[in-house]
Amino acid sequence: MELSLVPLLLEAAVRAGTPILLVALGELLAERAGILNLGVEGMMLVGALTGFIVSQQSGEPWIGVLAAAMAGVMLSCVHAFLSISLHANQVGSGLALTIFGTGLSGLLGKSFVGVPAKGFAPIAVPWLADVPLLGRMFFQHDPLVYVAYLLVPGLWVLLYRTRPGLKVRAVGEQPRSADALGISVVVVRYSCVLAGGSAAGLGGAYLSLAYTQMWVDNMTAGRGWIALAMVIFGGWNPVRTALGAYLFGGVQALQLRLQAIGVTVPTYLLMMTPYAFTILALIIASASRARGHVGTPTALGRAYIRGE
Amino acid sequence: MAKWLAVMVITLLTSVLGAAGGTPEALKVGFIYVGPVGDYGWSYAHDQGRKYLETTLPDVQTTYVESVPEGADAERVLTQLARSGHKVIVATSYGYMDTMLKVAERFPDVVFLHCSGHKRRANMGTYFGRMYQASYLTGLVAGTMTQKKRIGYVAPIPIPEVIRITNAFVLGVRAVNPEVNVHVVWTNAWYDPATESEAANSLLDIGADVIATQSDSPAPVQTAERRGAYGVGFNADASKFAPEKHLTSAIWNWGPYYAAAVKQVRAGTWKSTDEWWPIGTGIVGLSPFGPVVVDTLKNLVEQRKQDLIAGRFDVFWGPIKDQSGKLRIAAGEKPADEMLLGMNWFVESVVGTVPK
Repeated sequence: MELSLVPLLLEAAVRAGTPILLVALGELLAERAGILNLGVEGMMLVGALTGFIVSQQSGEPWIGVLAAAMAGVMLSCVHAFLSISLHANQVGSGLALTIFGTGLSGLLGKSFVGVPAKGFAPIAVPWLADVPLLGRMFFQHDPLVYVAYLLVPGLWVLLYRTRPGLKVRAVGEQPRSADALGISVVVVRYSCVLAGGSAAGLGGAYLSLAYTQMWVDNMTAGRGWIALAMVIFGGWNPVRTALGAYLFGGVQALQLRLQAIGVTVPTYLLMMTPYAFTILALIIASASRARGHVGTPTALGRAYIRGE
Repeated sequence: MAKWLAVMVITLLTSVLGAAGGTPEALKVGFIYVGPVGDYGWSYAHDQGRKYLETTLPDVQTTYVESVPEGADAERVLTQLARSGHKVIVATSYGYMDTMLKVAERFPDVVFLHCSGHKRRANMGTYFGRMYQASYLTGLVAGTMTQKKRIGYVAPIPIPEVIRITNAFVLGVRAVNPEVNVHVVWTNAWYDPATESEAANSLLDIGADVIATQSDSPAPVQTAERRGAYGVGFNADASKFAPEKHLTSAIWNWGPYYAAAVKQVRAGTWKSTDEWWPIGTGIVGLSPFGPVVVDTLKNLVEQRKQDLIAGRFDVFWGPIKDQSGKLRIAAGEKPADEMLLGMNWFVESVVGTVPK
């Protein structure tokens, strides 16, 4: 591969990894509090549509982003209510949310297909963008990429260095003990699921306002599911999850570029690499978990019913 | 049980309302689509055709069912349409072929129309448009506009139809400039705007200055515009997504075919045939040219189009060599449709491979 293409490849890796990363960070937070939300794909789609509509109507993509996050929150409320308050099966509730979100966005989005709207343009970060190589790779993106940059350390600090973060982890590991210590399991779980929903909406908005600037049905094309895999790959750690998301983006960008320069590797092999990578990542993560290196939140997927 | 009851009630209601509201001789035409009508691509184009049918022919009532997976679901939907009084049923994906054949046997009084397939019976015909002809014309434009002699092509799924249309584009490019290379990237999906956009990015990264696409969304054209390159769209007019740099799009226009077929059914003259309509019928064509396309180029395209219509020329007339330089179609040879329908090799000037 031509050497000059490497910085462009890494730039593409960041671009392609960002929607997955945004969604994965939100899911990570919810799962850390013990709630598995398989509705991310649906929330992402509703976020993408809402962001697009609001940006198209208002002419201001940032308002669109805000609306997308709100839409994610609203949809995640359904999952939170079902799984936290009604102790419903989290897998069932999440899947229902994905199916609902896919249908809803398709229905409401009908009249917005084929309509152009204002989206984000790349913004160079002062000083940093001028750093040779690295500047081009990491600091000449659209603003939502930078939001993702900030969210990664932000979430890490929250989880590992603050009291609220400690509470979240306690609720995800031992909700009964946390409850006994006076931590409200319900409040913590609701907050995390809702915050996670906003991140999923953000990830959707990235697709409809930054990556491509249009709305078409089902435009997430399975990225929500990849995000779920990246949370596991990252061992519920924001930094490692970010690494996974960018790696996934990188593998996808690489296979497209190998095709573009006409490398004679079997194309089917190239096309399956991102997914092969995901499977491999999950195997590695599971293997190291078996050795006790990474911990799934102990209470993940289990409803908490006081006194039971 | 409750579900069946609901279905029965709805069927009853619609038939009662239909009888009360519509004209008695209204002909019901049903469509099934493999994707959402909101894809702004393949299914969208067929749905535009359905709307055209409804507005041009009086007393025609249409129904559509979108995003129907091929297989058992399609059989259920097709049967349902036939049972509920639809006299013409249109299926718009190759994968519906065997299912439709099976349902057509059970409903001999209903006319079935299948897009892009090759199996027929007395009450089931096939139809398609020679999109490769329109694609060739877009190639003329792209080949003229490229300065770096490097064009990027975003291709969806490697089947003969896609390869044929890609080759036609490349032959158009070669006709005006044989030194240009066309780099082909497969997304392996009919429909994934973000990946299509990234595929366009990968082609722009290696220095392509024109991006053409055959995938379902206008994302590659939009990405090209954002990075200052020209774009050629497919399926539907992509100009709204690239007001400055859009050159043209190869587009479907199914309406006239649907109107003609339904007219024949109504007149009782319809016969099961294999319709592969050429560009002269208007079933395929070009969207309006973008602002950067000059008149001389427009004239060239128009002239070639007239040649195609008059039969003075066709896209795959020999000599045509493949990527390895091997002569595939000899000079003076006019390949039969069978060969075009099974095409699984790229013509010369393509950089990229046909997955095997």
